[in-house]
Amino acid sequence: MSEFALKTALPAYLRAEQERIQKVAAEQGLDFFPIVFEILTYDQMNEIAAYGGFPNRFPHWRFGMEYERLSKSYEYGLSKIYEMVINNNPSYAYLLEGNSLVDQKLVMAHVCGHVDFFKNNFAFRSTDLDTGGTTTDPVARRKDYDPNRRWIDKMANHGSRIRRHVARQGINKIEEFIDHCLSLENLIDPHAAFRGRPVRPDPDAEEKATEIPRLRAKDYMESFINPEEYLEQQRKKIEAEKEKAKKFPEKPERDVLKWLLDHAPLERWEHDVLEVVREEAYYFVPQMQTKIMNEGWATYWHSRLMTEKILDASEIIDYADNAAGVLATAKGQLNPYKLGVELFRNVEERWDRGQFGKEWEDCDDLDAKKNWNLRLGLGKKKIFEVRALYNDVTFIDEFLTPDFCRDHKLFSFSWSNRNERYEIETREFKQVKEKLLFQLTNAGSPFIYVEDANFENRGELLLKHDHQGLDLRVDYAREVMKSLVRIWKRPVNLNTIGEGKPMMMRFDGREHTTRHLRKE
Amino acid sequence: MSLKIDQDHSRFRGIVRGRIRQNLRKYISQGELIGRKGKDVVSIPIPQIDIPRFRFGDKQQGGTGQGQGEPGDPVGGEPGDEPGEGRQAGEGAGEHLLEVDVTLDELAAILGEELELPDIRDKGKSKIINEKDRYTGVRRVGPESLRHFRRTYREALKRQISMGAYAKDRPLIVPIPDDKRYRSWKTEAEPVANAVIIYMMDVSGSMGDEQKEIVRIESFWIDAWLQRQYKGLESRYIIHDAMAREVDRDTFFHTRESGGTMISSAYKLCAQLIDDHYPPEEWNIYPFHFSDGDNWSMDDTMACVELIKQKILPRVNMFAYGQVESPYGSGQFIKDLRDHFSKDGRVVTSEIRDKDAIVGSIKDFLGKGN
Repeated sequence: MSEFALKTALPAYLRAEQERIQKVAAEQGLDFFPIVFEILTYDQMNEIAAYGGFPNRFPHWRFGMEYERLSKSYEYGLSKIYEMVINNNPSYAYLLEGNSLVDQKLVMAHVCGHVDFFKNNFAFRSTDLDTGGTTTDPVARRKDYDPNRRWIDKMANHGSRIRRHVARQGINKIEEFIDHCLSLENLIDPHAAFRGRPVRPDPDAEEKATEIPRLRAKDYMESFINPEEYLEQQRKKIEAEKEKAKKFPEKPERDVLKWLLDHAPLERWEHDVLEVVREEAYYFVPQMQTKIMNEGWATYWHSRLMTEKILDASEIIDYADNAAGVLATAKGQLNPYKLGVELFRNVEERWDRGQFGKEWEDCDDLDAKKNWNLRLGLGKKKIFEVRALYNDVTFIDEFLTPDFCRDHKLFSFSWSNRNERYEIETREFKQVKEKLLFQLTNAGSPFIYVEDANFENRGELLLKHDHQGLDLRVDYAREVMKSLVRIWKRPVNLNTIGEGKPMMMRFDGREHTTRHLRKE
Repeated sequence: MSLKIDQDHSRFRGIVRGRIRQNLRKYISQGELIGRKGKDVVSIPIPQIDIPRFRFGDKQQGGTGQGQGEPGDPVGGEPGDEPGEGRQAGEGAGEHLLEVDVTLDELAAILGEELELPDIRDKGKSKIINEKDRYTGVRRVGPESLRHFRRTYREALKRQISMGAYAKDRPLIVPIPDDKRYRSWKTEAEPVANAVIIYMMDVSGSMGDEQKEIVRIESFWIDAWLQRQYKGLESRYIIHDAMAREVDRDTFFHTRESGGTMISSAYKLCAQLIDDHYPPEEWNIYPFHFSDGDNWSMDDTMACVELIKQKILPRVNMFAYGQVESPYGSGQFIKDLRDHFSKDGRVVTSEIRDKDAIVGSIKDFLGKGN
């Protein structure tokens, strides 16, 4: 499948390790897609990493930039990529040539955790290709679940589609258009896959005359209970409602890219490029939604498998050295590996000891809480359940406790204008959690909706920024509006709030204007 | 194996190069380059190209972290470093500085392109070639003074051993003529440095650090451009207040005197330098003078004008005068020069108000192609 497949197969001794590790992982209850390991030089590793894991992607300078960053930081010894694993069925995982045997084993165990997560976490169902990207019930799945996730092929197809356009239109034209599309990459609805199909009104249904609801009344009372003026009023109201329903779109549309694909006057190649960018953006959504959980889960399992089953005594120091590096928190930053694994361990312990439910919550006695142990042994069952049914937001929301927050010294920080630096703001559980959740929601991006595609009856596009306390970066927003005009081909308006004042930003293809609105 | 990424990478580099060009003015004014000058490569820090998206303003957002510290303590790391969390790799936060290496030659090419500098007209003086001898080999004949002792000894030893004439307990080696080896040389042609820049700078009390910084940056770019035009380039440095003296580059940029200003002293020394070392038939000569335009007296200014007319102009390609603005200087000198030389294309004057004006003044100086 991969062009490296022949040259990059594992040597026999690593294949033996792979079999052994997968066997012990399966014994522990992990359930993963088949895994294909390939071994790459750092150059190949950097290249594939620059392409987001896919050896054949569409051509764009952004990947070249990423490659330069990766290879420079490798050459200067700042960082190196240990492993990479692709959500694909079968899953592809890449090992770095020249790593020590202990490292390779660690990576393999880690990868088993990831692939189990890909297969079992509900968020990744949106990447099942055979259900057309939509699943009606993300939770239930059959025993022999074996979805089509041949994304490596799909991305390669995207690559050749774009290459074909490049051959026809020239690289500059296509690349410039891709630049515009990438600016809009985050204007998608991360929950699109789980919304179900929209209910379409039956087009064959006859249009009925407007029926005005009347209050029930005896005949002789009719003109008193449903007087003429009242009926007229009701009729107007209903008609106004209908008029409103003709708005386009009827309800604000979160998936801006879909809206543009369906309604913008695009040439065929433009349509094709935008479609590719949108599909790939959706592919990466679940990985962003479950970063903490995914890394936490993989780390939890590599550490258990390695220390309990795989390592021999001579390897333990090397392993510990490496594992410590993975879990280090540098300069006060949150490390998703560490936060994730500690939360999973915490959940396991709490469910083993029965530290949950009403009785636990209601207990005020510190001593009793400290020694609380009902010996339920539900921990393992619980964490497997959690890995299937949660994403980062719900995971943090439900399982981050004040005790955990204190024990792990979490804090929130903010920018101090006076000292020109980031400063610790608070260690209060509520605020820390709030901030953490905010960062994770919508992958830290603002919420933008298509509000009206025929704004002011001039065919202009009106977007609305659902302001939740943070302003947009104006210079960036202006650039994005340029891209929107390029695609929509008519002026674009953005309704947002800046420094507390509602305002309307507008780009008409030539100049940007900003108009403050009166508060509604 | 050739990598697929190469194509994307070279696209990126192309864009970066384009970006350098667009932002060249900015980089020049920042003067950052000079600090990073290597042997022939200049590292230019460029921000990674950020694809614009709808996103939140940077500093409002804040975030969450883990570790020691009280509320009000700084979050670990450099100021301005954005501690991030839960971000996808490559979805990097803020501006990453990426260093791009550009050779000096490439940089000068970009500079020339950006400022539309014409190539300098060849005056037919650049063909001078020096011959130089280099000892590169060994041969069997030659003068005794070039005898290679060790090789000769070795040959003699080899011969004696093979003939059986070598006695271990009495190791006496006697060379015969055939054993003798001599050093041999090759004559190589090498181009002579054929252009010289004579930098002169006023270091009197009124020239502050900021003014000197401007001169430093400007001279870097002048060097870069002329280096591209001439194979060999020499630079000489003269500082002056009421007296002038020749110094090395480092002293040139770091000296601060407090005396008055007699510009003619520098021009005298400049003329002297040309007389002694740079016959105008062989050299392209570029005197650059920087000052804040405050001269001691009108008499001295007249002396300067005479010196330029009589001693300097006949021998040089051009004479450049750059006037940096200082709070103390009257700025009169440039007016005087313009009065006298407004018709002479070889005298170029330029006012440099601040760092941002450097680009314009480089264009003034080098835009004529003298």
